Amino acid sequence: MILIFTEIADGAIKKSSLEAIYYGSKVAEMMGTTATALAIGSADAAELAKAGNFGATKVLHANDAKLANPNSMAYASVLAETVKSTGAKVVVAAKSSFADAVTARAAGALKAAVVGNVTELPNLSNGFQVKVSIFTGKAFADVNVNGDVKILAIKKNVVAPVENGNSAAVETISPALADSLFAAKVTETIKATGMISLPEADLVVSGGRGMKGPDSWQPLLDLADALGAATACSKPVSDLDWRPHHEHVGQTGVKVSPNLYIACGISGAIQHLAGVNSSKVLVVINKDPEAPFFKAADYGIVGDVFEVLPKLTKAVLAGK
Amino acid sequence: MKILVCISSVPDTTSKISFIDGDTKLNKAGVTYIIGPYDDYALARAVELKEQSGATITVLNVGGADAEPQIRKALAIGADDAIRVDVEPTDSFFVAEQIAAVAKEGNYDLILMGRETSDYNSGVVHGIVGEMLGIPSFSPVMQLDVNGNEASMTREIEGGKEKLTASLPLVLGCQEPIAEWKIPNMRGIMTARTKPLKVIPAAGSALTTTEKYSLPAPKGACKMIPVEEAEKLIELLKTEAKVL
Ligand SMILES: Cc1cc2nc3c(=O)[nH]c(=O)nc-3n(C[C@@H](O)[C@H](O)[C@H](O)COP(=O)(O)OP(=O)(O)OC[C@H]3O[C@@H](n4cnc5c(N)ncnc54)[C@H](O)[C@@H]3O)c2cc1C
Ligand SMILES: Cc1cc2nc3c(=O)[nH]c(=O)nc-3n(C[C@H](O)[C@H](O)[C@H](O)COP(=O)(O)OP(=O)(O)OC[C@H]3O[C@@H](n4cnc5c(N)ncnc54)[C@H](O)[C@@H]3O)c2cc1C
Repeated sequence: MILIFTEIADGAIKKSSLEAIYYGSKVAEMMGTTATALAIGSADAAELAKAGNFGATKVLHANDAKLANPNSMAYASVLAETVKSTGAKVVVAAKSSFADAVTARAAGALKAAVVGNVTELPNLSNGFQVKVSIFTGKAFADVNVNGDVKILAIKKNVVAPVENGNSAAVETISPALADSLFAAKVTETIKATGMISLPEADLVVSGGRGMKGPDSWQPLLDLADALGAATACSKPVSDLDWRPHHEHVGQTGVKVSPNLYIACGISGAIQHLAGVNSSKVLVVINKDPEAPFFKAADYGIVGDVFEVLPKLTKAVLAGK
Repeated sequence: MKILVCISSVPDTTSKISFIDGDTKLNKAGVTYIIGPYDDYALARAVELKEQSGATITVLNVGGADAEPQIRKALAIGADDAIRVDVEPTDSFFVAEQIAAVAKEGNYDLILMGRETSDYNSGVVHGIVGEMLGIPSFSPVMQLDVNGNEASMTREIEGGKEKLTASLPLVLGCQEPIAEWKIPNMRGIMTARTKPLKVIPAAGSALTTTEKYSLPAPKGACKMIPVEEAEKLIELLKTEAKVL
């Protein structure tokens, strides 16, 4: 059986987790078995049954009140116990810093092989092999995964889910939860509300130092709004506090792989590219025709962002 | 307080990556190795904690002898002694197993790592080590203070951050702005030469092996759109790139 660690945000299965479920169901098909989603936290059964639409035959739901808030140690304990009780041999998760924390501890408990940044379905012709992205997107490795239990963290956009119209049976589970799993006390949570999550986003509009200052961001926000895109920024921009730290992409920030990344006034330093080079389509707007980012781009406009952005926003709104 | 800082030795981000021996090995010629950028933050914070309230810092690398310049650099920045587990680090679980074995021996109060390496960057070694030691692990941590036996931290979460407290011992995966990167000074470089570096053998075996490497397909040329017709971009994204 293939088990998919499924993340829930605001009562709904995260989009990246639906991709992981679809990926898991494809692996199940290849291995002649079935895919089960493990969902932890509060969500109603109708929402969880949607996992079926993406290929899971069953959903195991752990909804103990203690699990209402994400807690990597408690979730990992539930995951490890579920792997043991179901005899699952392969665990799939959509890569995120929370999923990594959960699968890591589960791997420690299960002595499982764990591979991150998987970019394709496995090759089962000779053992169990996956392709992973390495050296911040500059290369790939074909990795043979041995271990009795294998845990795969998949990158966004590695499969394009086809919905099948099915719904999955939802079964509630109540794994034992030791007090020690709740030893850390969360004293404050600061979270932007109503924003499109950057790691989850299909479309991203990002700004660099060429956006001039914290008060001149509106044209970029307007385009993001019109597109329904998440916003991101370069490292100096978050270092200078023009934008919040969680929007910083690159080698030392979030790594994104959206369908579309629009870079506005970003020079395209290699450390920035490290976070965005697996985007499907890269658009660069920069007033300097020699900006290195153009070499990595699919579409480019040489011009002033403050002139170009409003034109783009207008064109998007006109097409709606 | 005893702090263990785990550092990976990785190719500098600006290095050109290529492979040899029928794409089965990284071509190390021309590659500059550095301390993992996130691990550098962990080290810097450890040194700050030492300066503030006293601590001993042991730096640990799982790797071959070619990682020693990076270990010496960490000693120059402010670690007191070093351990190298003498084996190619070819698997996250395997690396974690080595770190956990060293940690068990040393009874550290804090085990600081980077959020992830910049070679295979799975971001899992801290969690595996925490589980193996039966102590809490948190990542990515962007602020850390220690008061007696209590640590207070800020951790990045999707779309924001969260403040939390927990008792030592802890394993943490660090990221900016937890500290400012430190550059070794002349005195540090001199004393680093004589600081103890213990080399120990590895135990266990890797659960994964890399069979072959490849490079991404080269990018096609960038299609330039004249600024006067900027709005045409949206049409192209719809009809040609099909991403809108
Ligand atoms: C010659 C060579 C071949 C390699 N081949 C493989 C391979 O086949 N498969 C593979 O998975 N990896 C391979 N690697 C990369 C390997 O070193 C990984 O970095 C290692 O497996 C750790 O896994 P990770 O990247 O998931 O670490 P992460 O979980 O991303 O690391 C988190 C933190 O753990 C600590 N850490 C990680 N590695 C070490 C280390 N070696 N010593 C001390 N602390 C450390 C650091 O603080 C780091 O920030 C190879 C490296 C070299 C030099
Ligand atoms: C170890 C290390 C890790 C790093 N990690 C990261 C990382 O994770 N992410 C990251 O982003 N950086 C990172 N950096 C920094 C990186 O090297 C660059 O310094 C940074 O990305 C530059 O940001 P920028 O493009 O916004 O600014 P700049 O390099 O200053 O570029 C601004 C660009 O805007 C253009 N411009 C100016 N005005 C206009 C205008 N009106 N209209 C259009 N274009 C305009 C300019 O032509 C220029 O190309 C790292 C550096 C190091 C050493």
